[in-house]
Amino acid sequence: MSYLEYNLKSVPVGPSKLLYLNWAVVLLLVAIASIGFLMLYSVAGGSMNPWAEPQMKRFALGLVLMFSIALIPTWFLRNIAGLTYAICIVLLLGVEFFGSTGKGAQRWIDLGFMRLQPSELTKITLVLFLAAYYDWLDMKKVSRPFWVIIPVLIIAVPTYLTLRQPDLGTALLLVFGGGGLMFLAGVSWMYFAAVIGAGVGIVVGVFKSRGTDWQFLKDYQYRRIDTFLDPSSDPLGAGYHITQSKIALGSGGWTGRGYMQGTQSRLNFLPEKHTDFIFTTLAEEFGFVGGISLLALYIGVIVFCVFSAISNKDRFASLLTLGIALTFFLFFAVNMSMVMGLAPVVGVPLPLVSYGGSAMLVLMIGFGLIQSAHVHRPR
Amino acid sequence: MRRSPKDTEESAAIVSRRGLILGGGMVAFATVLGTRMRHLQVNQADQFRLLAEENRINIRLLPPPRGQIFDRNGLLIAGNEQNYRVTIIRDEVDDPEKVLNDLSRLIPLTRKDINDVLEEMGRRSRLVPVTVADRLSWEDVSQVAVNAPALPGITPEFGLSRFYPRSDDYAHIVGYVGPVSDYDLSRIQNPDPLLQIPKFQLGKTGVENKFESSLRGKAGTKRVEVNAVGRVMRELGREEATKGDTLQLTIDTKLQNFVQARLSGESAAAVVIDVTNGDLVAIGSAPAFDPNKFVRGISVADYSSLTESKYRPLANKAVQGTYPPGSTFKMVTALAALEAEEIGIEETIYCGGFTELANRRFHCWKRGGHGKMNLRDSLKQSCDVYYYELAQRVGIENITKMARRLGLGERHDVPMSAVAKGLTPTKAWKAENRGKDWVIGDSLNASIGQGFVLASPLQLAVMTARLATGRAVSPRLVKAVDEKELPATTGEPLGLAKRTLDYIRDGMFAVSNESRGTAYRTRIADKTKRMAGKTGTSQVRNITAAERRAGVFRNEDLPWERRDHALFVGFAPYDNPRYAISVVVEHGGGGSTAAAPIARDIILAAQFDGIPPLSAYPSSQRGRIRSALEELPINDPTDGATQVSEA
Repeated sequence: MSYLEYNLKSVPVGPSKLLYLNWAVVLLLVAIASIGFLMLYSVAGGSMNPWAEPQMKRFALGLVLMFSIALIPTWFLRNIAGLTYAICIVLLLGVEFFGSTGKGAQRWIDLGFMRLQPSELTKITLVLFLAAYYDWLDMKKVSRPFWVIIPVLIIAVPTYLTLRQPDLGTALLLVFGGGGLMFLAGVSWMYFAAVIGAGVGIVVGVFKSRGTDWQFLKDYQYRRIDTFLDPSSDPLGAGYHITQSKIALGSGGWTGRGYMQGTQSRLNFLPEKHTDFIFTTLAEEFGFVGGISLLALYIGVIVFCVFSAISNKDRFASLLTLGIALTFFLFFAVNMSMVMGLAPVVGVPLPLVSYGGSAMLVLMIGFGLIQSAHVHRPR
Repeated sequence: MRRSPKDTEESAAIVSRRGLILGGGMVAFATVLGTRMRHLQVNQADQFRLLAEENRINIRLLPPPRGQIFDRNGLLIAGNEQNYRVTIIRDEVDDPEKVLNDLSRLIPLTRKDINDVLEEMGRRSRLVPVTVADRLSWEDVSQVAVNAPALPGITPEFGLSRFYPRSDDYAHIVGYVGPVSDYDLSRIQNPDPLLQIPKFQLGKTGVENKFESSLRGKAGTKRVEVNAVGRVMRELGREEATKGDTLQLTIDTKLQNFVQARLSGESAAAVVIDVTNGDLVAIGSAPAFDPNKFVRGISVADYSSLTESKYRPLANKAVQGTYPPGSTFKMVTALAALEAEEIGIEETIYCGGFTELANRRFHCWKRGGHGKMNLRDSLKQSCDVYYYELAQRVGIENITKMARRLGLGERHDVPMSAVAKGLTPTKAWKAENRGKDWVIGDSLNASIGQGFVLASPLQLAVMTARLATGRAVSPRLVKAVDEKELPATTGEPLGLAKRTLDYIRDGMFAVSNESRGTAYRTRIADKTKRMAGKTGTSQVRNITAAERRAGVFRNEDLPWERRDHALFVGFAPYDNPRYAISVVVEHGGGGSTAAAPIARDIILAAQFDGIPPLSAYPSSQRGRIRSALEELPINDPTDGATQVSEA
């Protein structure tokens, strides 16, 4: 199929494109976001403010953004992938030099009307750029060392910059997201085996280096790992988050205490109850049934994206869809693991549910890309 | 982007395969998450639910209001006033020093206060609230409340704190409360959890101390829902504290105030007892102090000025102080002799100024001697030689027995601190305590209330009441507990012949109503209020032969500490006794000049229920008395009743 054919025959034109959206995904996203509104309403003690209402506005903006991006032809996205990546790197450097500091970390640039977190945006643009890279790269070269080192560098630069902020959560997401994309593109298993081996080595190194001049992580990061490994060691100090969130979660039981009846979260036992730990409120108020339902919705999104991707014959579109789905997965998987005490506390929000503008808009942009790939798929 | 279809298909296949693998991995991980969720929420739900309850519910003790104390007429003596304070709980704050520094910008708090609080926090449990500042103004405490979100662990609280509206008047009777000390705790087995409340106030002295268990009340509890920083969100349940019992004392505030005013300037004590039922209507001890200072935390300077004063303001001289009763003891010796029939009522003994015994001269206070004395005259003129003779006739054991029947040498059961037993010596006592045999000289000294004999003003008042009624009057300080009247008794008859008692009373009447009586100058003119009494002057030193020769007799020439104690006991009205009184003026000089005038004023005030009218006094003395009475620092007792707080 020639390029011309591709364009003329199979691709819908104009606003009719909206009919070809992956509406299942849209509905799932709306459902997830609605759960978020409910919970934000609850943690505010039954009030639209300060969280639920702004969150709704942002989601509406996110939907508009998603639909707009869905209309952009995929080839155009592929062409600007390198540019968006470069812009993100510049912005990350900008944060490094001009950013504001919040909670001990330098993460955002104040644009006046909103605070931009370039590291959030990078999660998407990295995927976009890598997908474009592998689309361009000849299949046969994918596993050749030189062509492996290039994407590693593409991942390493923003990762390094986010670690500098320091934002461990985003850095992890970048590594896993980028690495996942390399895996999807067909890079040999051998590399991943080697990386996992090296990863184990680094973990050992991280722990061995503790207390020396060249320790890898900041003290608070070590403490978080410590308390992850043994939360009871400091139940009111650094282990507080994990202990309290497990208590809130566990006290939900099968069906929960009922909407707005959660005591732990509303009484402020839970830190960050409206952001990173919002899942505990859901789990406390709606119990196991509520928690598993949200998880099912997330998995539904993933499944639809995977099927969309593997049925898409365009390599860039497939990679992009899978990469963004993976990023989305990493968000909720890391967040839920953290809340359930399976992972250390790293600042990763529950996608579309946690209060927060940057993450939501970035995710909606990501889904816009997935929709674009879906709409413009070769038929 | 030109590539062969084969290439495209091949790559799409790879991506699809890998995509499926990755998708499968994601679903698998989601399964792990779901399993974990099930484990936490279903399998361990009960355990976590319990933890959640503990998290959320906090049981707090509600301190009970301390029982109030009233006087016999229902005037408030000890009450509770509103007190605002700020506490900190270590467990709820990360950096207490920083929080305290922030707090010091809102309320007056010195560097030292902060260090004290930090030290206190180190000593106590992390969960126990430690008081940061006490007795704050409403403005200060509001400031703290408004800024509470910025001050984790800090709680503004209000509580009740003891207040004594009569200030000095009841310092010795009621005593005061103070914060629980480690020493207090160490003495109590199974201490009431209330005592762990910071700055909880415990009776330290006086009635406050003796009636601690009734006054304290019972703690209530409240179950509150708290959030993570311990802020109370709502109350779940409450069991109210039980207020401590109300006490009503037998003291009459108006008279008590008069007594304290009349004693002021002296180091003295006075006890007024209602002879009909033993009610103590006034117990004065001067100088006194303001017990409110102790409640609020007395300053070092104030405290040392109290402890270092030679007038010993902290001592309750009325019950703790024991003095040689001097001539006020003569009724005891006389009664002992009359009961033993060792002397006849009209029998006379010659006083030549001294008795010579065992190569020692025992002097009468009147060097020239009284001449022939019968019992009545010996009391009236307080002849010593007469009693030296009686002592030799009846012996010390009979005298001591009589003293004990009259309530001397006995620790009366009144709820005040350190009630003294006094001393009524026997031969056995001397052998045991002094390791020496009793000699006749000891008996002679004892017969006139010198030597080993010691009595407190309370005991002397009881003695006088018993003489006045012939009954074993026993003192009573608490009239009612929790509005239940305690039984009052007129006392069992002492079993003394009315005739002998009447004779003693007649002698006491002569003392203060007939010319040449030692207290004639302090007689009462009002016929219905007349007083019978006995003066006493007790030596606190031995007059050396050299002094006697040199003629150093005058108390005024001696330093205060070596002057004689002045005493007076009496009862009134003579015809139908109602009140008995004892007055001791430490180092006041003569009983007739220093103690008797005080006793007269007080017993008149008791009978008139207020400042005595001049008509009660002999007309020649009225001018001087008027100005003296006018100068007394009296305050109207009804003033203080409504005055709840001065702070």
